This record gives sequence, C-alpha cells and structure tokens, in this order.
Amino acid sequence: MIAPSKPKLTQAKIDATEARIAAIGTPDVRGWSAEPRSDALARLRAMGLPGARDEYWKFTRPQTLVQPEAPAAAVFHSGEPEVFGDMNRVKIVFVDGVFDPEESDELAPAGVTIERLSQAGSDIHWAKALYGKLETAGQDPVPRPLAALNTWAATDGLLIRVSGKTDKAVSIVYHHRDTASDVMMHHVIKLDDGAELTLLENGPAAARFNKVMEVEVGEGAKFHHVRAQGRDHERRAVTHIFARIKAEALFKSFTLTANGVLTRNECIIEMVGDDAVAHVAGACMGDGDFLHDDTVFVTHDALNCESRQVFKKVLRNGAKGIFQGKILVKPGAQKTDGYQLSQSLLLDGDSEFLAKPELEIYADDVACSHGSTSGAIDEDALFYLRARGVGEAEATNLLTLAFLAQALEEIEDEALRDVLLERLRAWLDRRID
Amino acid sequence: MLEIKNLHVKLEEEDKQILKGVDLTIEPGTVHAIMGPNGSGKSTLSYVLSGKGGYEVTDGSARLLDHDLLDMDPEARAAAGLFLAFQYPVEIPGVGNMTFLRTAVNSQRKARGEDELSAAEFLKAVREKAKSLKIDAEMLKRPVNVGFSGGEKKRNEILQMAMLEPKMCILDETDSGLDVDAMKLVSEGVNALRDGKRSFLVITHYQRLLDHIKPDVVHIMSNGRIIKTGGPELALEVEENGYADLLAEAQV
Ligand SMILES: Nc1ncnc2c1ncn2[C@@H]1O[C@H](COP(=O)(O)OP(=O)(O)OP(=O)(O)O)[C@@H](O)[C@H]1O
Ligand SMILES: [Mg+2]
Repeated sequence: MIAPSKPKLTQAKIDATEARIAAIGTPDVRGWSAEPRSDALARLRAMGLPGARDEYWKFTRPQTLVQPEAPAAAVFHSGEPEVFGDMNRVKIVFVDGVFDPEESDELAPAGVTIERLSQAGSDIHWAKALYGKLETAGQDPVPRPLAALNTWAATDGLLIRVSGKTDKAVSIVYHHRDTASDVMMHHVIKLDDGAELTLLENGPAAARFNKVMEVEVGEGAKFHHVRAQGRDHERRAVTHIFARIKAEALFKSFTLTANGVLTRNECIIEMVGDDAVAHVAGACMGDGDFLHDDTVFVTHDALNCESRQVFKKVLRNGAKGIFQGKILVKPGAQKTDGYQLSQSLLLDGDSEFLAKPELEIYADDVACSHGSTSGAIDEDALFYLRARGVGEAEATNLLTLAFLAQALEEIEDEALRDVLLERLRAWLDRRID
Repeated sequence: MLEIKNLHVKLEEEDKQILKGVDLTIEPGTVHAIMGPNGSGKSTLSYVLSGKGGYEVTDGSARLLDHDLLDMDPEARAAAGLFLAFQYPVEIPGVGNMTFLRTAVNSQRKARGEDELSAAEFLKAVREKAKSLKIDAEMLKRPVNVGFSGGEKKRNEILQMAMLEPKMCILDETDSGLDVDAMKLVSEGVNALRDGKRSFLVITHYQRLLDHIKPDVVHIMSNGRIIKTGGPELALEVEENGYADLLAEAQV
C-alpha cells in the first residue's frame, strides 16, 4: 500500500495529524462506508499530514490546508451569471458543502443514477468497491494524505452510476456563503462499459475545500469532466481526482482556475486496459496573492494507451504557478504515447513558475515527451498589434487569451469551450479601465 | 505629411549609432522610394517612426501632420494615420486573422472618436479587399501569419493597409518574396489607395517594384544618412550601376 521503506514520522507530523483528527472528531457514518472510512483513518495516521519538508510539497506550503482551523475567506460576488447556466444539464447544488434541495434539479438523466454519499446508509452498495479504493491505489508511490483524510471524514458527495449515454450533463454547483466554512466532499463515479457522461463542476465551494473524486471508466466508456474553480480570491482548495481507465475508454478532464490564494489540483490516473485515452488539461490565470499547483501522475499499465497533459498558466503581480507532472510507464506497457506540456506566461518579473516534469519508463517501445516553458509576452507580437492601432492593454489581453486558448482546445465539446473562452475574455477585458 | 529632421538614433542596449541625421519631407499625395545597401538603416527608420522599442532617439524630430510622432505610443501613431507594412510580418499563434483585423480597425476608430464598424460592414469590406488581393477565406480564418508563405504574409500586410486606410504608408521591402503575379496584385492594391492625399514611402532594393508603383522622389540611404535624392531616374541608375559610384560621390 504505502511505500515500503517509509521513514518514521516526526513527532511534529504526528502532532499536526492528531490535532486535525481531533478537531474533526468522529464522523457521523452509517452503512457500507464505515469500513473504508476507518481504513482511511489508519492510512492517514500511517503517513501523516503533509509538512513543509515533504518533497512532494516543496513548492506549495501545505500548512493552511493541514491546520485544524480553516483560514477565513471572504465571499466574492462577481455578479456574473453562472458559467454553465445555459448548458443542457441536471444541476445539483451544494452550499458550503450542504446539499441544497431547493436549487437542485430532481431527476437524474436516463441511464444515470445519482445518490448522495450522506444518504447511502445501506450495508451493500456498488460504491463500496471504489470508495477509498482508487484513492488507496493512488497512494503509491507518493502518499496523498489529504485525500486519505477526505476519505475518512467527507461529510457528503455524490455517488454517480452511469449505465447508458445521455446528452444531459451532470452539473455540480458549489456555492460559498460562510466565510469560515471548512468542507470535505467525496464523489464516486462509475461508468459501466460503453457508458458516457459529461460532468461539470463550478463554484468556490467553501473557505477551505477538500474534494476527492474517484472515477472508474469502464471498457469503451467516455467520461468528460470540465470544471471552473470559483473566483473567490481568498478561498483555498485541495482536490484529488483518482481515475482508473479500462480498455478503449476515454477520460478527459479540464479545469479553469482564476483567483484563489491556494489551489492544489492533483490528478492521479491509472490506465489499466489497452487502447485507452486520458487527457488532463488546465488553464489558470493568477493575479497577486495566488498560488496554483497542478500535480499529475499518470501510470501506464496497459498496451497502446495515450495520455496527454496540457497546462497553461498566466501569472502577474507576484502570482505563483506550479506544475508537478509525472508519466510512469510500467514494464510491458508497450506502444505508450505519453505527452506532457506545461507552459506559463509571466506578465511581470514578480511572478514565478516552478515545474517538475518527470518521465519514468520501464518499457522499450514507447513515445513519451515533455516540455515545460516559462516566458514573457512576445514583444514582437505585442508591437505588431500596437503598430496596427491596438492599445497595449488590449493587445496584451489578446495574446494572453491566445496563450490560454491552446489549453481550452483540449475540451472536446465546442459549446463548453466557447462558454469558458467567453468567460476568460470577459475577465481579461474587465481589466482595461 | 511626414517631416523628418536631423534624426539620430542609436540602439538602446548598445553604443551603436544607426541613423546619423536623416532629413526627409514627404508631401501629401506623393510617393517616395528609399533604396540603399543592406544594413544602411532603412528598416530602422521605419521602426523608429512606428514606435518600436529598443531604439533611442538622440537628436532630431519626426512629425506626421500636426503630431509629434516621437512622443506617441505606437497605437496612437497608427490611429493618427501611420502604417508600416513590415519587412518581416510577425506570426501570432492563437489570434485569428479576422479578429486581429477587426480589433485593429475598431481600436483605431475608437481612438479617433469614430463609431466602430458593425460586424456586417466589416465583413463586407474585408471580403471585397481580400478578394482583390487573392486572399482566400481560409487564410482569413487562420491565426495571423502562422503558416503563411512569404508572399502570403506580404499580401496580408497590404490587406491590413487597405482596411485601415492610413494617411502615411511605409512599405518595407513589400516586394521581397513576391512572385511576378503577386507583385502586380500588391502594386495594384497600393495604387488603388493612391488618392492624391495619401502618401507612401516605399523601401525597396529593386527598380522592378517602382515600375508598378511610380515614385515621385527617390532617396538613397547609406550608413544612416540619405546621401542622394532625385527623381525616378535615380532608381534606374542604381539598378544599372549599383551603389559604388553613389557612395564614392558621397564620400567627397
Ligand atoms: N536591435 C538591433 N540590434 C542590433 N543591431 C541592430 C538592431 N537593429 C538594427 N541593427 C543594425 O543596424 C543596422 C541597420 O539595420 P536595418 O535593419 O535598419 O538595415 P536595412 O537598411 O533595413 O537593411 P536591409 O536592406 O538588409 O533590410 C544593421 O547593421 C543592423 O544590424
Ligand atoms: Mg530592412
């Protein structure tokens, strides 16, 4: 389960972990999830919560994600219409982690069942085979204690089972109303063989949000995930996606992030069936007191699979961007096609981008590449635009949008892509007087 | 229209003087040509007039109508009516040619206090002008200059000029990289814009272009100065004899 030669935990780490556990108390749990939750608590105690000395957290300080009390976060009113408001969808709303039946749609689309984690009290449930299981698999070789914490203590989440195809998306909306809310949610999603689902997520969720999503994509199934993380400036989020992808399946996940003093998005993908495809991408725009960390780990454990990572970050006024991305090709995973691109556009000298791209390959017939770049705005392009009469701020916006648009290209659904592109354009334009 | 006096320019980063006292006056409605050996400062002059960074004006002045050009941002110079067709047009991945053109046209109109063009008016104008330059719809959709051939980039410059309707047009080696037919198209595009008021400064190495775009005045630039000014016959002389005699003459 956990790396065998694990060093003994320091007393400080044990203390920090126990302090957090004590602050949470005893989660109110009935039914099938009791066992995986108590397993998770044992896992958590064995690895301890992350500290500043942990290699995996050397770029992002975990302190505020770990400490018992969530730092307060003001609620931000953008006045914008909800980003996925015009999509064909079933909407499920949580306010500071609490289900809002008034605002939520009632019916799941045909071929989809949706239950709430907090309501699933029986002893037998399909989700038991996945809850905490994909998370556990994702703890090796790098521990992800905040995910184990979540598995133990999540108060709610959705259990989504997809057996057919539907053109209605499932859309989870997370509102943030309480400046002190500290929320843990855990979703389990299972796509049966040949099933298809588009999952949308948006909103800031809480002052501090810890979210885990475990996804199993069955043979030949297709899963599209698009999320827009809320713009509340002071919010903090740590999210994990654990995905297991079977033969000939497709997994696509895209995240748009603007603002947030701290966001750590981890995506752990295991390709277990031949000829599968996994794409994970993100575009983020940070200004000032902003830290965004994309940490991705893709394991190829089957033949002829394709994985692709595309991350773009625009940073200004001291914003910080981080990318830790790894492709692991296991012995025998021949014909693997692994691609990783991580780029940042630094709009001033105060901002910073740190990247750690890694390839670890144990098969001989593979094509893997990674590229990580960080640069200022293209002065020649900027001058060309200005020489045609476009003002400096608008020209900078055009080039910024063009830079981010390359990541948005990763979204397959054109309507969704356009919605996000328009939103980005509006955010950028607002900056001009 | 354009009045350049004693213009001295050095590189900002290095102690290298590139323009060493350029004097040039262009009357409304006239076409001037500048020829001169490689590295003599022709492109530098066009860049400094349009406001590119990296250069320092150490002396002299440049006026466009009643504007003191050297004090203005590049976008303000453009809105005031200056246009430079680049010797090396820049590629901008991710920005569509149409978006680029529309943003440029409307930014200039806005800066001059005019109404923006409606989408329909704009489309109509672009289609018409693109057609006469044999620029197809597909090229308009592509990102600015990305994957364009050398000749396509130059035609795209002329399309921008036609759309922006500037008062003072500077063409920096617009003929280089053009095949014979494209040269004709581009020249026709330029000539179509000659209306008795608009002025042109055509930088070229070849007399051939000047057969199509007939200049009123021809200047020879060398080592950061204009060393000789004459009529169209000066271009013929260069074509025949090269620069050696002119340079020798200027030394004395
Ligand atoms: N940014 C720069 N850095 C270094 N040298 C420069 C720079 N800009 C111009 N120069 C130098 O200044 C001189 C004039 O260059 P410029 O491009 O203006 O010449 P030109 O007359 O346009 O030549 P060509 O006919 O080859 O286009 C050259 O020696 C060139 O190398
Ligand atoms: Mg030149």
